[in-house]
Amino acid sequence: VKPGSAGSSKSAAGAPEDQQTLLAVLQFLRKNKLTESVEILRREAGLPEDALDTKGADCSAPSSGGTAGGVDGLDAGSLLSRVAVSSSAGTPAPTKVFLGCSAMGVHHLWILSAAVADDQPDVSVVLSAYSQQGDPALYKVYYSDLKKFIESVLDCHRAELSQVFYPLFVHMYLELVYNNHESEAKAFFEKFSGDQECYYEDDLRVLSSLTKKEHMRGNETLLDFRTSKFVLRISRDSYQLLKRHLQERQNNQIWNIIQEHLYIDIFDGMPRSKSQIDAMSGSLAGEAKREANKAKVYYGLLKEPEIEVPLDDEDEEAENEEGKPKKKKPKKDSMGSKSKKQDPNAPLQNRIPLPELKDSDKLDKIMYMKESTKRIRLGRENLPSICFYTFLNAYQGLTAVDFTDDSSLIAGGFADSTVRVWSVTPKKLRKVKSAADLNLIDKESDDVLERIMDEKTASESKILYGHSGPVYGISFSPDRNYLLSCSEDGTVRLWSLLTFTCLVGYKGHNYPVWDTQFSPYGYYFVSGGHDRVARLWATDHYQPLRIFAGHLADVTCTRFHPNSNYVVTGSSDRTIRLWDVLTGNCVRIFTGHKGPIHTLAFSPNGKFLASGATDGRVLLWDIGHGLMVSELKGHTDTVYALRFSRDGELLASGSMDNTVRLWDAAKAFDDLETDDFTAATGHIHLQDNSQELLLGTYMSKSTPVVHLHFTRRNLLLAAGSYAA
Amino acid sequence: MKLFVWPCFVLTAMAEERRQKQCSVTLPTESMKAMAESVGVGQLQEESCVALSEEDALKFMHHGKRRKLTTSDIDNALKLKNVEPLYGFQSQEFIPFRFASGGGRELHFYEEKEVDLSDIINTPLPRVPLDVSLKAHWLSIEGVQPSIPENPPPATKEQQKTESTEPLKVVKPGQEEEGAIQGKGQGATAPDGKGKEKGSIRLKPRSTHELSVEQQLYYKEITEACVGSCEAKRAEALQSIATDPGLYQMLPRFSTFISEGVRVNVVQNNLALLIYLMRMVKALMDNPTLYLEKYLHELIPAVVTCIVSKQLCLRPDVDNHWALRDFAARLMAQCCKTFSTTTNNIQSRITKTLTKSWLDEKTQWTARYGCIAGLAELGPDVIKTLILPRLTVEGSRIKAVMEGSVVSNIDKIGAEHVQSLLLKHCASVIAKIRPQPDTVEQYRTDYGYLGPMLCSHVIKARTQAALQAQQVNRTTLTITQPRPTLSVSQSGLSGSGGPRTPSIIKVPSSLTLMSPRPGTPSQPSPPATKYIVMATSAGTASTQQVITLSSSQSASPVTSTVPSATSTLQPLVKVESGSGPGLAASRPLQKYIVV
Repeated sequence: VKPGSAGSSKSAAGAPEDQQTLLAVLQFLRKNKLTESVEILRREAGLPEDALDTKGADCSAPSSGGTAGGVDGLDAGSLLSRVAVSSSAGTPAPTKVFLGCSAMGVHHLWILSAAVADDQPDVSVVLSAYSQQGDPALYKVYYSDLKKFIESVLDCHRAELSQVFYPLFVHMYLELVYNNHESEAKAFFEKFSGDQECYYEDDLRVLSSLTKKEHMRGNETLLDFRTSKFVLRISRDSYQLLKRHLQERQNNQIWNIIQEHLYIDIFDGMPRSKSQIDAMSGSLAGEAKREANKAKVYYGLLKEPEIEVPLDDEDEEAENEEGKPKKKKPKKDSMGSKSKKQDPNAPLQNRIPLPELKDSDKLDKIMYMKESTKRIRLGRENLPSICFYTFLNAYQGLTAVDFTDDSSLIAGGFADSTVRVWSVTPKKLRKVKSAADLNLIDKESDDVLERIMDEKTASESKILYGHSGPVYGISFSPDRNYLLSCSEDGTVRLWSLLTFTCLVGYKGHNYPVWDTQFSPYGYYFVSGGHDRVARLWATDHYQPLRIFAGHLADVTCTRFHPNSNYVVTGSSDRTIRLWDVLTGNCVRIFTGHKGPIHTLAFSPNGKFLASGATDGRVLLWDIGHGLMVSELKGHTDTVYALRFSRDGELLASGSMDNTVRLWDAAKAFDDLETDDFTAATGHIHLQDNSQELLLGTYMSKSTPVVHLHFTRRNLLLAAGSYAA
Repeated sequence: MKLFVWPCFVLTAMAEERRQKQCSVTLPTESMKAMAESVGVGQLQEESCVALSEEDALKFMHHGKRRKLTTSDIDNALKLKNVEPLYGFQSQEFIPFRFASGGGRELHFYEEKEVDLSDIINTPLPRVPLDVSLKAHWLSIEGVQPSIPENPPPATKEQQKTESTEPLKVVKPGQEEEGAIQGKGQGATAPDGKGKEKGSIRLKPRSTHELSVEQQLYYKEITEACVGSCEAKRAEALQSIATDPGLYQMLPRFSTFISEGVRVNVVQNNLALLIYLMRMVKALMDNPTLYLEKYLHELIPAVVTCIVSKQLCLRPDVDNHWALRDFAARLMAQCCKTFSTTTNNIQSRITKTLTKSWLDEKTQWTARYGCIAGLAELGPDVIKTLILPRLTVEGSRIKAVMEGSVVSNIDKIGAEHVQSLLLKHCASVIAKIRPQPDTVEQYRTDYGYLGPMLCSHVIKARTQAALQAQQVNRTTLTITQPRPTLSVSQSGLSGSGGPRTPSIIKVPSSLTLMSPRPGTPSQPSPPATKYIVMATSAGTASTQQVITLSSSQSASPVTSTVPSATSTLQPLVKVESGSGPGLAASRPLQKYIVV
């Protein structure tokens, strides 16, 4: 920690506006009794000796957006991450590929980092909002009065107004606790906690453990509630009704809470029904604001590079009879024309810089095209075969699995900190020869790539040691040369699959990293962890390029959009967020899950997203419109794996309940009616057609399904470890 | 510094319970309190801290893709909170915790047996656990799940049961609990879609008994092997019947095969085939995935036939058809035990049938034998109420045969067998219910002709029972501990004297014992004495002290701080005292275990 922070702060000294950060670093160093570093840093930055001492007074004034206010309250982790971010602001340009956007991006990072800090401001400041006193004995009366009122209103308004109950309940309870009315708080909790929707059970449990004012200090859940306003969507009529009632009754206590702690998103039109509300609620901080989903998302696919397919026809003709080549001609044309046309929804080809194709990539693309001509067309009548890879003797230690795109390698992450790679083709895994031996090779020969491999090391599987905690996420690079793994130890590691050694350890998260994934074009990758942020990295930078902050709880899973311009993250706060890689902005927030989200999958055309959570449900989302499209009910336990078939016709889901299920994705998307109203308000009426969409359920023998993958020919591969 | 001693066994136990309802995963506050009290920290602050870290521990459980919360999850969660994790509670997945209550308190505890170190040293090393490996199979082929051993049975026993008892409620696997997550609030919405379903009449689904080509082949192979001449093949086939999970579709065929087979072969007196068929019945009953209730009407008559039939073989004087009767009687008893309910009354119906034919004067000795065997296998109660009162009558009948002059050889053999059967079964029951002493005269008056023989049998049974009791006692004395790794926890600390302070975190992390078993069996085993030395060493800078004794056949001791033991075999004992780095100043308690 020490050299890193010292080094970064040096560069930070260049930027004058980073005085605050510098002070924070000094403060941190001093706190950790690194007096020498303090001295050096102070001298280099040219700060007066008493700068640090006066700092305390400076900070108490909440001047710079809350960043300074909480230095004492901040833990070392978030402080350091702030420093790391700001240091990249100091360097002229983080990377040359980002030259065009660096100024804007960097600026944004700075704001984001401020937001990170904002999440954990000084507790006393946060809580002071609760200090206003009402008669504690009357809280129950207020609440039940409101309850009576809402139960008596017209049916069409009742469902909408009922949304108010939960946030009101929480804030009233916290207010009681904050003002030391312990017994009243307890009575209040017992009386009304049973009324709340069942999906808030987890949060209520945490809340019930808060019974004294002291407990509130340093309680993350509480801070989430206080710092982020609970968002409700209510129609104008319903809202007027509520407002009138509260004003008539002079129920200031409740009115104050609504004013201060809730964000009510008022819309014109019909009030929503109970089922519509239930479909969208459940997240930690209410629904998403409508504005949050208004930004334009370029969900289209990037144009495929034009690659001539050499020798292809000869091969085919040699193998096949005469009929085939004729058929193939038009097909290839159609494919070519499709990729030549620019999709209006696609981002510009150079919106974010992508690595150039290497020769080996082109070869792989050709292989891909060849394979895809042999692809089976799946559908309702044509279900795929499923091949299940069972990890035996893993003793419940299997935590993550990934397949390469061409399905030739499988990697498994284990709780014992190891990563294992298997070859599932007859081709064994080989290391590159040692440097001395490599010198002896004729570098001009055609098969030099073959010659550099050491035959003696050939084996079916290889073990990668390096992490010091359970490995929670794993991802192959598209070119199969690298493997990423992330772990409880707070690092993401990049492994070479040529030497089977660790190349880089990306530090930054400081807390367990739950998931990581390579961009479909390689080079970039994304990671997300317990520190509530997702980070975008490039393999050749040891610091993140972007930090996506906004989730209110752990980022549990991260996925790249097929066009690599967007990243989607799922979180324990039960929301899904879509982030723009270019700007770092959050462009979509999807709410509706009732439990932490554990898996996400984009449809191959980039238009739709599927998500699975601990509540056992799979939700489908339309990215362009920002709408929930369908709800697939059937799993009885956490959904850990989701994958669309290569042509997007089917969705496969795998779960802890030992089943693989196939869903008719094409039908789910076709049935979608997007009239102007739903598009404008985001109020979709979902039909309950899970049973119609469910095409098949396949039980495994006490083997939870951890990963799913469609091969290029649409064979479904599943993986899990046998739990004896 | 805050220190916790976390009784994690309770926690794991809770996690076990939790599997029932995965939605609400919580520790009841009472148990939290109990835990806090048991370790002497009553402060609420710590309690809430622990509660919060439990929340985090669940995250680790979910990401570890497990259903059970483990102690390592708790450790990781504590680490997140910058609280030092607990050392020494590296538990297995299953912790056999026990429960006790008394004095108004309830307590969950982890029973730690006293372990004789020499036992551990002398047990051979367990096998090295197998390495992780990868195995592929077809979960589905073009939408159809093949019935192979890698896949679960197409229908579980419960489903087979509901299918046969409640045909209207057939649920496909995995489709149950539809919409369990639908909030309670949804009850308010009008069930508009459900009106349609109610209107239509639900018909009993047609049950299909079509067999795939593979299944037909399998059926053919299995039945041929079962009644064929090759014993190895038969064993394999029976094994398959007893274990294969996907047989339920073939069950009707199998039961018909058996009942028809018995019918034909009883007429033809083909003893061998009858035995084979009974073995098939046994195998079917052993298969845990089959719901046999539906087919008992075919199986029971077949079995009863094999018990009581007048003639089962061509040469009743030579062939051992008695064994078949015994075997079938045992099957019958097993049947009664597993399938008898108050509605089908199998046991009482069987008992009635057997008693009726036994009481019949004209019944032949062979059938008589079967009846008695069938009844006797049903248990001591049946023997007591039905057989014992008839002993005198049966005795005189046997006497008439044995001592009479004009009897066929067959009758004589039959009578002999009945006699030994009665002696065998009755003796143990009488030994239990009749008070000592056993006098021959008394027995003769009570049981007639069989009395004296019974008497000697009863005496034999009594002495045997006494012997067994002794052996049982002895086995309870020696406690074998199969686990090679044992964690020595705080229980031993009470001996060290002095009050327990809350600051005790010192728990030896693990005591690893590796016992190189002597290669030559001639070597005397080491004396079974053990010394457990507990020492409180004064606070030193280093708290890590490892004593390593090693003396296998070839290697010389690596480090030895203990005087060389008398025995030639020195086990390798490693005592590690795991303490936090921040504890250097405190006085650690250390236990040395020397053998």
